[in-house]
Amino acid sequence: MSRKQIHLAAHFPGVNSTTVWADPRSGSQIDFSSFEHLARTAERGLFDFFFLAEGLRLREHAGRIHDLDVVGRPESITVLNALAAVTDRLGLAATVNATFNEPYELARRLASLDHLSAGRAAWNVVTSSDAFTGENFRRGGYLDRADRYARAAEFVGAVRELWDSRPPGGAPGTFAHSGPQFRIEGSFPVPRSPQGQPVVIQAGDSAEGREFAASAADVVFTRHSTLEAGREFYADVKGRLARYGREPDDLKIMPGVTYVLGDSDADAQERAAGIRRQQVSPQNAILALEQVWGRDLSGYDPDGPLPDIDPDPDSTLVQGRVRVADPVAVARKWRALSEAKGLSIRQTVIESTGRQSFVGSPATVAAALEEFVATDAADGFILVPHLTPGGLDDFVDQVVPLLQERGAFRTEYTGTTLRSHLGLPDPVWKGGTP
Amino acid sequence: MTSHRPLHLAAEVASGAGPDAARRTLALARTAEAAALDFLTHDDTFAGPGLDALAVLARIAPETRSVGLVPTVTTTHTEPFHVQAAVATLDWVSRGRAGWRIAVSPSGAEARLVGRRPAPPTAELWQEAGEVAEVSRKLWDSWEDDAEIRDVATGRFVDRRKLHHVDFQGATFSVKGPSIVPRPPQGNPVTVVDATRPAARDTAAHHADVALISAASAEEAAALRAELHRGARAHGRDPGQLRVLLSSTVDLDAYEGGAGALAELIAGWHGGGAVDGFHLVPAAGERDLERFTSETVARLRERGLFRTDYEGTTLRDHLGLARPVSQYAKAVASA
Ligand SMILES: Cc1cc2nc3c(=O)[nH]c(=O)nc-3n(C[C@H](O)[C@H](O)[C@H](O)COP(=O)(O)O)c2cc1C
Repeated sequence: MSRKQIHLAAHFPGVNSTTVWADPRSGSQIDFSSFEHLARTAERGLFDFFFLAEGLRLREHAGRIHDLDVVGRPESITVLNALAAVTDRLGLAATVNATFNEPYELARRLASLDHLSAGRAAWNVVTSSDAFTGENFRRGGYLDRADRYARAAEFVGAVRELWDSRPPGGAPGTFAHSGPQFRIEGSFPVPRSPQGQPVVIQAGDSAEGREFAASAADVVFTRHSTLEAGREFYADVKGRLARYGREPDDLKIMPGVTYVLGDSDADAQERAAGIRRQQVSPQNAILALEQVWGRDLSGYDPDGPLPDIDPDPDSTLVQGRVRVADPVAVARKWRALSEAKGLSIRQTVIESTGRQSFVGSPATVAAALEEFVATDAADGFILVPHLTPGGLDDFVDQVVPLLQERGAFRTEYTGTTLRSHLGLPDPVWKGGTP
Repeated sequence: MTSHRPLHLAAEVASGAGPDAARRTLALARTAEAAALDFLTHDDTFAGPGLDALAVLARIAPETRSVGLVPTVTTTHTEPFHVQAAVATLDWVSRGRAGWRIAVSPSGAEARLVGRRPAPPTAELWQEAGEVAEVSRKLWDSWEDDAEIRDVATGRFVDRRKLHHVDFQGATFSVKGPSIVPRPPQGNPVTVVDATRPAARDTAAHHADVALISAASAEEAAALRAELHRGARAHGRDPGQLRVLLSSTVDLDAYEGGAGALAELIAGWHGGGAVDGFHLVPAAGERDLERFTSETVARLRERGLFRTDYEGTTLRDHLGLARPVSQYAKAVASA
């Protein structure tokens, strides 16, 4: 197998406007049967893993619960334990926040998942932390970016120590971790799990986030889904690995991507535009605008022109989602687009947001995915379907076989653990070392 | 008055920390389900040993159909918001069969696993456990049943008037809400409290749907049940919505008179109104649960005292407990 192999993951449709709930085919976002359907589809497609995102406070907009997108989801680790019963090989990845949890308890929950799935557990470490979300927790409070990553890095380090505190096949050992964030000690109750070290994924984009990924993660989940941005990100993050004595292959880079298939490329483009119109309802168009402007724009007509006032850089209108990094620049770009093409608010939002990453016939999409991986813009993809639960059916039926024909994707699972699917080496037991 | 009360039976299925513990637990769950027991408990403490109990029962949920699933969940060092979300999710993945047995963690050694605060006195921990039970119910209710509307015309997925901030302020924590998890199938999963120790009894009377007791005689059990009922009334609850189960570790090889005699005892105590049922903690898992279901349960059935098959689908159905209306829905209706 000389070709660089593609890794694939399935993202359960999330709590955002990518997920089209108004489509007649759209099923429950909470019934176990929806999770089972998508996970079984991913396993039928020989995917590396199934992925659940997390949000610890319902999003609010202008002080009110945001009601235009899917709202609500189950607790990740519990769903994945249940999915372990209805799948055999598929990796099971839970997003769990490092700010609003504690290392001992989470280490035990993840080691339990790894046992109950016979070696398929993964943890996507996120660091979102704001006072708004903190209001649901004992811990409360806001951490700035440096503190978030300081806590996350020590958290992951402590969790790894706990996982390593028992030798393979051995009796409970004791652990003692003492650092600026955590001073904990005791005995870890779970026998060493099948993977030893469950897979660690990192999602976060800043320099601090990239450095943290390079030092501690097995997989990076990114938003860089264009060829140019992907290559730049890939080179940057892989370039940071040597400093930690790691090889480029030790960290897989997997952007989250959307896709639309059609009988022909033109057919797919037409469908893609239709899906974007479903995603950006008139109400969602105004909301998207308010997220950039940080102002109440409810008086504007979605079919009329963009506002000529500037964004409020200190706005607190939007709570519970990642903030638009440079709202003034985004507003300037949108205005330029609207003027150049004569677009309304809704048309501008449809044009500028949520453009699907891969659109075309199955052959076109398969070729594009392979090019991405072959030219080092990614090691694989976390596919984000727009429909629950059937949104990956066509990909698995039509694109996976083409990737296999190209020799770029496995034709059977060769190992049983997620580490083996990802080509990660068995971890060396580091217990007993300081 | 008591003769038509249905009998409730449950069994403990934790199987230690060995490599085959989860597999053994699944086998025990199947045995219990074949006998149509109300629910399984899976004991746990914050320090273990072995796997997380709620995780094990979530893993078993798709491989069972009817039996209730009640993991022990520690409220002391955990986040109430996470705990209630996990229990609600167990209810979703089991399609309405979840409960939780509330436990506290008084030991200094367990406190050092988290390193956040020293272990407070046990009475305070049960007070906090009661607050965790209360905020959990609020969070489960924070989504009214019909909050999801998918109204294409107005572009709204939910009716936000049916999602509620809970604004809970306890002695040691506060929670804003609403929950991130839609209201679970049972509305409120079943709350079980081990009321064996006096320190837990008021929390049981206040919050439990099922209280576990231990007693050496039918009289002692009846007195405890009466005490729990009085407590429930004092907290403004209907005692008819509280089930009191005798919990006992049984070694059926050593039990005088064997499995048949145990059936007589259960029938006698239940018939006399001392308890609503029995929670078996098998001394040797496979052997004792096997004998309990094949002999004791069979004997109780012959006497027409225990169901021959499940009559409902949720744990609340098995226990004869009503599915509660969201407390926020009631507030709106009476406003
Ligand atoms: C692709 C991607 C997915 C993410 N998914 C989640 C998520 O599911 N839940 C969450 O709380 N935060 C999520 N985050 C947020 C990150 O954890 C982090 O808080 C955010 O990116 C800001 O960190 P940064 O400044 O390093 O980018 C995600 C971020 C990225 C880039």
